[in-house]
Amino acid sequence: MIEGGIIKITGPVVVADGMRGCRMYDVVRVGELGLIGEVIRVEKDEAVIQVYEDTSGLRVGEKVISTEAPLKVKLGPGLLESIYDGVQRPLPALAEQSGEFIRRGAEASGLSSTRKWLFKPTVKAGDAVVAGDVVGTTMETTNVEHRILVPPYVEGGTIKEILEGEFTVDEAICTLEDGTTLSMAQEWPVRQGRPFGKKLDPTVPFITGMRVLDTFFPIAQGGNAIIPGGFGTGKTVTEQSLAKWCDAEIIVYIGCGERGNEMTEVLAEFPHLEDPKSGVKLMERTILIANTSNMPVAAREASIYTGITLAEYYRDMGYNVAMMADSTSRWGEALREVSGRLEEMPGEEGYPAYLATRLANFYERAGRVECLGTDSRQGSVTVVGAVSPPGGDFSEPMTQNSLRISGAFWALDTSLAHRRHFPAISWTKSYSLYLDQIKDWFGDEVAADWKELRDKAMFLLQKETELQEIVQLVGPDALPESEKAILEVTRMIREDYLQQFAFHEVDAFCSPQKQYWMLKAILAFYDAIVAALSRGVGLSQVFELPLKTDVARMKEVPHDIALEDLRKLTSRITEDIAALEVL
Amino acid sequence: MDDATKVKEPTAPAVDTGEGVVVTSENGERISLLSTDYQTIDYVTGPLIFVSNAHNVSYGEMVDIELSDGSLRSGQVLEVSGDIAVIQVFEGTQGVDVKNTKVRFREEVAKIDVSIELLGRVLNGVGKPIDGGPSILPEKRLEIIGEPINPFSREQPADFIQTGISTIDGLNTLVRGQKLPIFSGSGLPANELTAQIIRQAMVKGGEKFAIVFGAMGITHREASFFQQSFERTGALERVVFFLNLADDPTTERLITPRCALTVAEYLAFVHDMQVLVVLTDMTNYCEALREISTAREEVPGRRGYPGYMYTDLATLYERAGRVEGKKGSITQLLILTMPDDDITHPIPDLTGYITEGQIVLSRHMHRRGIFPPVDVLPSLSRLMNLGIGDEKTREDHRGVADQLYAAYAQGRDLRRLVAIVGEEALSEADRRYLKFADDFEDNFVNQRDENRDIERTLGISWDLLSGLSIDELKRVKREHIAKYHPKAGEEEAGLGAEPEEPKPSAPAETADADAKIAERLKKHAEEAAAKAEAAEAEAAGDGEDQEAEASAATDAETDVDAEVAEMAADEAADEETVEAEAP
Repeated sequence: MIEGGIIKITGPVVVADGMRGCRMYDVVRVGELGLIGEVIRVEKDEAVIQVYEDTSGLRVGEKVISTEAPLKVKLGPGLLESIYDGVQRPLPALAEQSGEFIRRGAEASGLSSTRKWLFKPTVKAGDAVVAGDVVGTTMETTNVEHRILVPPYVEGGTIKEILEGEFTVDEAICTLEDGTTLSMAQEWPVRQGRPFGKKLDPTVPFITGMRVLDTFFPIAQGGNAIIPGGFGTGKTVTEQSLAKWCDAEIIVYIGCGERGNEMTEVLAEFPHLEDPKSGVKLMERTILIANTSNMPVAAREASIYTGITLAEYYRDMGYNVAMMADSTSRWGEALREVSGRLEEMPGEEGYPAYLATRLANFYERAGRVECLGTDSRQGSVTVVGAVSPPGGDFSEPMTQNSLRISGAFWALDTSLAHRRHFPAISWTKSYSLYLDQIKDWFGDEVAADWKELRDKAMFLLQKETELQEIVQLVGPDALPESEKAILEVTRMIREDYLQQFAFHEVDAFCSPQKQYWMLKAILAFYDAIVAALSRGVGLSQVFELPLKTDVARMKEVPHDIALEDLRKLTSRITEDIAALEVL
Repeated sequence: MDDATKVKEPTAPAVDTGEGVVVTSENGERISLLSTDYQTIDYVTGPLIFVSNAHNVSYGEMVDIELSDGSLRSGQVLEVSGDIAVIQVFEGTQGVDVKNTKVRFREEVAKIDVSIELLGRVLNGVGKPIDGGPSILPEKRLEIIGEPINPFSREQPADFIQTGISTIDGLNTLVRGQKLPIFSGSGLPANELTAQIIRQAMVKGGEKFAIVFGAMGITHREASFFQQSFERTGALERVVFFLNLADDPTTERLITPRCALTVAEYLAFVHDMQVLVVLTDMTNYCEALREISTAREEVPGRRGYPGYMYTDLATLYERAGRVEGKKGSITQLLILTMPDDDITHPIPDLTGYITEGQIVLSRHMHRRGIFPPVDVLPSLSRLMNLGIGDEKTREDHRGVADQLYAAYAQGRDLRRLVAIVGEEALSEADRRYLKFADDFEDNFVNQRDENRDIERTLGISWDLLSGLSIDELKRVKREHIAKYHPKAGEEEAGLGAEPEEPKPSAPAETADADAKIAERLKKHAEEAAAKAEAAEAEAAGDGEDQEAEASAATDAETDVDAEVAEMAADEAADEETVEAEAP
């Protein structure tokens, strides 16, 4: 056992001597209270430790004990529906131990050691298994089947005995010929990505139900996206909407250095919301990790890794997992704070020079993969990270370094937010690199002209931006009718298509098919106007038709009748405008 | 240890006060028997002193410093490294020498005596009474570094706090458990607004309500303004007033908000009170933080502020909230001055990322003589929906607020356009919005020192909205229009039968309505004038200058109001004639 003593304390950073033999990133227990910490620098006998809890009251000379193992999470049934702190301690358990305020040095296992799970084997004695193979299943929640895997660190072999029945996560359920026993739980160090068979190209879109994202800036399953935006632009609402309505099977939601009340909101809301497809409560597919802004800063750094490791574990079972991190900037700031305490040479704006490397390592853990094991399951981890640039200035290091590695950029715009245009995702600044890879999916599953429609709408929006500049100078009356028509149609696109109310019962989620038909209707409007204008019909005549209100109502048409309804509307728009007579 | 001198033998009998064994020494000070005096100061810089040979010192421990002339100061351990302790001195280091100054470690982290008796008292920045009243009998002694609330034990903020300010109550409602900052600029009347809110704030439902007011680095003038304002209006009896003046030591400023919040937590969670914590001015707090950080030679972050400023602010702001199973709540109203009116400056920026919305004061409005000069467009209350609606405020609150926002935003956009193309180029409807924006600022935003309850705020809103045609009130539910619209009675039949159809008689009716609005606004102006008079009479006891200023201001204001009303009346009359001539 390695045991040393504290020689220096400065904020969350503690230096201990007598630590010869401890390794980088080993977990240590610091002081009489046994605060959790991690070794982040080794210098001869001395170890520099970042402590995950408040260090007030620690004294020089108090002991430091190394656990001689890196920071690990415990993986197994019971993760879903949990809410953890940054180092996988369940918050309900902490509340039970120490009341409504978090006391220091508390210890709680990530998984309940008493709860029993009904284990059903899928292999039998005599079968050969390798690392990553499924040996059995248990129903974790109503809809999620938890597949028990041979851990990546077990080589595999022939099964000698496998049991069926109710077990806790720590009881042995399977023994191999070579004597290795397997239980339902396994451990994994958070800073190391879990292994997989091979990475696959992202070709299937990650459906979010948000029109501006799915239609204009879609990402793929296994992709990653960042949402930067100043405060009040709706990062959290967007992240929460994604967590609620996206088509992933498992959600890992990390509240990283954000508001306590926001986590409460998720906790209060998710158990009551139902998944639109399965009808099961959303909480049953969700894992929450909360490190609110007043919780210790070093644990904030760990929370991101804890989250992605849980996500990878479900990916290995063959699920499509989405991980939301709100906000990655707080993680960057935690890195900066610790780096400052270590008196490292600062890079840009005080961030450590290795910020880009850390970010890249993290975002690259997203992806669609063929899992380990013999049955070539496929799973994916999609990462959506919010970024909170100081002053809403996108040129700062966190945004720029994230941009370099992320596949999609969903820029939140303060001026849109002030105009109460939500989601305030800017269509001029945002982009997606996945468009070409997933356009075929939309072509097959939604409509052959999906891409064409999208590009046309995008073109009109770009054109609007140019026209607005002219309008600012000379007023709208100076424009010719054809350009006024563009302004009217793009207004429809903005107000009746892009704006989406996250809390509306129908509009909160919009299927890709409905999205297609909504856009189709608006663009049919445009085509019809252009045709009418060329015949000599006046623009005002077109807008006297009662069609505009129908277009505005499209959002609220319930999904079951939406496609039929919108198809009719589209043809009505074309016919009614075509029927106008020249005055 | 050789040059550390032990305390001399006690001469007075020992008394156990729960702080360990304490004796009263010859000069009447209480000294712990267990503590050690050090005369080993090595180095003094800015507010920091470095003590060597210090043993058994804990991080964050409080220290007493005795100067060579016998005066006492207090400080806190910022860093321990081997046997060297870095101490920040709260009252400044002037007069500290390395030869005779003694340092005594108190063996406890910073604490404050709390009691319900604190209500109505004025305390200094570290919680000692300075109002000449009797000393406070502590009910409890609490650590001022609060522990983070477990997110799992939090309860969602709910219920409305009425501030009596229309722009806050009506559009950016303050909710129990929320933290809402007011972004001010130098020279803007943030103090007046704060005083008014403290005077008027109340909870509906009659629970016990208290205000903890923490003033940091404010000037003598400001301090006496607050003190007089509270004494005059009788608000002081429900206020705990912490006062750290601009010429008080900087470092004390770091303690003040924590003391205030500790008292607030005690009142809220032990005495079940609804506590509103008002902290002003957070900019001074952050400056103090920067000063200490620089003195410690830390790596600076943006604009020289320390990299951990976000975390530090969060440990203050996140102490707002409600806790499951407790009746009390802590709501925070934070006042801060944006340096150079720059909302992207680190102080407002980091604050905005933690708080749940913001109220922004505008210099432009202030110049126009509007009080409070709240710019509602960038203002936001994220939790508003939790505190409004039926049974909390009124069923139509949400819709009315949205409509006001939308209409005002449109009016403001048009103002810009008018500056370029002139008012003649606008359509009838656009002119209506333009007028709405003016009326909104003059009657809704501008309220002087009137205390408006929510009914009155909504009443004024409806009067303003009745200036727009009913078809344009898309954000308000139709049943609410029928119930609350001032001219709903006249149109109910039409409203019910054909809601979507524009009424042929609309123009005449609206002109008619305009006349009515003008009448109502005139009435408002009269009422306001009457109120102002009353207030004037009340204020008569004060200094002459102040009075003269106040009356001049109100006079001017009343004039403006009357003028607007007149203009509106004229305009309406004009329109009527036009309408009459047209056919």
